[in-house]
Amino acid sequence: MLLKKSAFLSVFLMIALLFVFSFSALAQDGEVEVFSWWTGGGEEEGLNALIELYNEEYPDVEFINATVAGGAGSNAKAVLKTRMVGGNPPDSFQVHGGAELIDTYVKTGMMQPITGLLEEWGVKDKFNQQILELSSYEGEIYAVPVNVHRGNVLFYNMEVLNEHGIDAPTNMYDFINTLKELDEAGVVPLALGDKNKWTATHVFEAVMVGTLGADKYNSLWEGSTSLDDPGIYQAFAYFNEMMNYVNEDHAGNTWQDASRMVYDGEAAFNIMGDWAEGYFKSNMGWTPGEDFGWMEVPGTRGTFMVVNDTFGLPEGAPNPENAKRWLKTIASREGQDTFNPIKGSIPARVDGDKSKYDPYLTDSMEDFASNTLTPSIAHGSAAPEGFITALNDNINSLITDNDVDRAVERFKQDFEEYVE
Amino acid sequence: MKRKNEERLVSLAILSPTIIAIGIFVYGFIGRTVQISILDWNNFGNFIRKAKHYIGLKNYIGLFEEARFQTDLWNTLYFTLFFILGCLTIGIILSLILNNKPKGGYLFQNLFLFPMALSFVVTGTVWRWFFSPGRVGSNPHGINLLFQQLGLDNLQWGWFTSTSSVFNFNLALIAVIVAAVWQYSGYTMAMWLAGLRGIDEQLIEAARIDGASKWQIFSKILFPMQIPITLSAVIVLAHVSLKAFALIYSMTGSGPNNVTDIPAVYMFEATFRSNRYSTGSAIAIVLLIMVGVLIIPYLLHSYKEE
Repeated sequence: MLLKKSAFLSVFLMIALLFVFSFSALAQDGEVEVFSWWTGGGEEEGLNALIELYNEEYPDVEFINATVAGGAGSNAKAVLKTRMVGGNPPDSFQVHGGAELIDTYVKTGMMQPITGLLEEWGVKDKFNQQILELSSYEGEIYAVPVNVHRGNVLFYNMEVLNEHGIDAPTNMYDFINTLKELDEAGVVPLALGDKNKWTATHVFEAVMVGTLGADKYNSLWEGSTSLDDPGIYQAFAYFNEMMNYVNEDHAGNTWQDASRMVYDGEAAFNIMGDWAEGYFKSNMGWTPGEDFGWMEVPGTRGTFMVVNDTFGLPEGAPNPENAKRWLKTIASREGQDTFNPIKGSIPARVDGDKSKYDPYLTDSMEDFASNTLTPSIAHGSAAPEGFITALNDNINSLITDNDVDRAVERFKQDFEEYVE
Repeated sequence: MKRKNEERLVSLAILSPTIIAIGIFVYGFIGRTVQISILDWNNFGNFIRKAKHYIGLKNYIGLFEEARFQTDLWNTLYFTLFFILGCLTIGIILSLILNNKPKGGYLFQNLFLFPMALSFVVTGTVWRWFFSPGRVGSNPHGINLLFQQLGLDNLQWGWFTSTSSVFNFNLALIAVIVAAVWQYSGYTMAMWLAGLRGIDEQLIEAARIDGASKWQIFSKILFPMQIPITLSAVIVLAHVSLKAFALIYSMTGSGPNNVTDIPAVYMFEATFRSNRYSTGSAIAIVLLIMVGVLIIPYLLHSYKEE
């Protein structure tokens, strides 16, 4: 008797719940689920501003903000892959433009081309064409680039440099001499935090784009630069040399810890993507150009290492119409100028309103318009994921065993296995 | 007879959902993992196409040739060894002290058990702060700072960022082992304490009258009587040590030159970071075999006893 009663009760409850859920869904003009890893610092505020903009335009669509925390999407990517392979894609998701998008999702037929949509909205020629190229495959565009970060930036504590009478160096040779000078003066010359291995790879790729030059670097990924090019060996050699001048406890630190050392005046230089600028500015309250300076990594003038986030339209998205509205929002000038100043990045469009950006970002926008763009390895744009983790491991070992020859050999092997 | 058959049928019917679920979700998936480990799903394309191209044991051979995996195996060996030894020694000492019912013993008994209620992620994060070395000498952090304040500057070192090793034992693991022992020695203590309370006082009384020293009482009476309990503790601790993924992942990551890497972390990276699904599966199977080597003899042993 008791059993029957409770069984009846639970059936009743289930039916009641069903009604509640279906009614709440009826009240809306459907929903849109957008997947990203924007959970920290300015990213979250930027995303919220975009969601607000979206809801102003489409008030009846329920926006589902599906985020998975973890720096540079380290955890989110695994979750996303599971969903995509399991046939349960979100309506749109964040992915780095370039190999990460093309190799993983486009070549496997999981994305819909959106070239037609961009033309229909009249925005296709408003984007930087090199950036659109990164998100294209066989003549079709597969994602809307939202923002651009620069990878090859050298930040420095201006007070520390002044104190030791040092000018910011312009080539790799001078840079290493400067590091040496600082080391003798008892300052940590270069701050590094490579608990998560990508930060070391991030430094390495900036060195390599300098030794190879932007053009050879770019054609490396198309297979037309020889792996025996002296620039590759030189990159490993310079990188190895630089590692003599980093803080001892680098392996226990994150990139924020490393930037923090520059802020504290403990270290002079830090090579990081320009999200570090946002960190200095909003987290630490520093003024760009007064407290900290920046320049391209020595030897990379005229080169802009691109780290960029895009959103696309997966095959089988449950709400394709609402997803297209989302893409339209983020492709618009207003959308890009809403998100980027908050996130601390620059728009992928060429017509951004410069008055909305701080001195660093306007400087970066000028470089972006005139420089040769190069895709980042560490941030997924240049090479398949298998190669990235292999390179991470390779660089990680090099820092400990300082064996440049072995590292170069392994680089070639990994390149042949994963890239070609 | 008929009744007995009926009973058997009913019990089978009741058990069948569990049997089916375990069959699919445990053994079925193990089988699937074995299958993937002998395919060449080492890039996303092959994985999506579900290409059935068997390459035999190539993934396993490649794995054992890799420097990283070799380091992982050494790390697992030493971590397991010192983790179990540490938990046993400290746990047994604590239980012996508490067994004498000192003042406030009840409080401490609970206090030592508390760390077990934490997840490895919490332990890892907190101990990362403690052991984060800072700049040794000039600007130390955490425990190094404590040493500096106490005037013990010589004891400062790189902790989990150190890359030195002795007989393939990476010294960086010491920090991780301390954290793990801190969390699990309370467990050995509780097991032992329960066992000790079950031992007849008269036995120890008699030994004392015969003039046995404290050490003799421990080594000749208490320890032999506690061997079954110790063995269970060792088995549990050994498999905890193979599951230390969360601790390592949150505390140190794989470390410089993989000094604190373990197979589980490598498995995660291979599978979910670099799309090398077959390599990841091969690591999973190696781990499974390692756990099996530890647990199956124990299971057979206790089955026989029953």
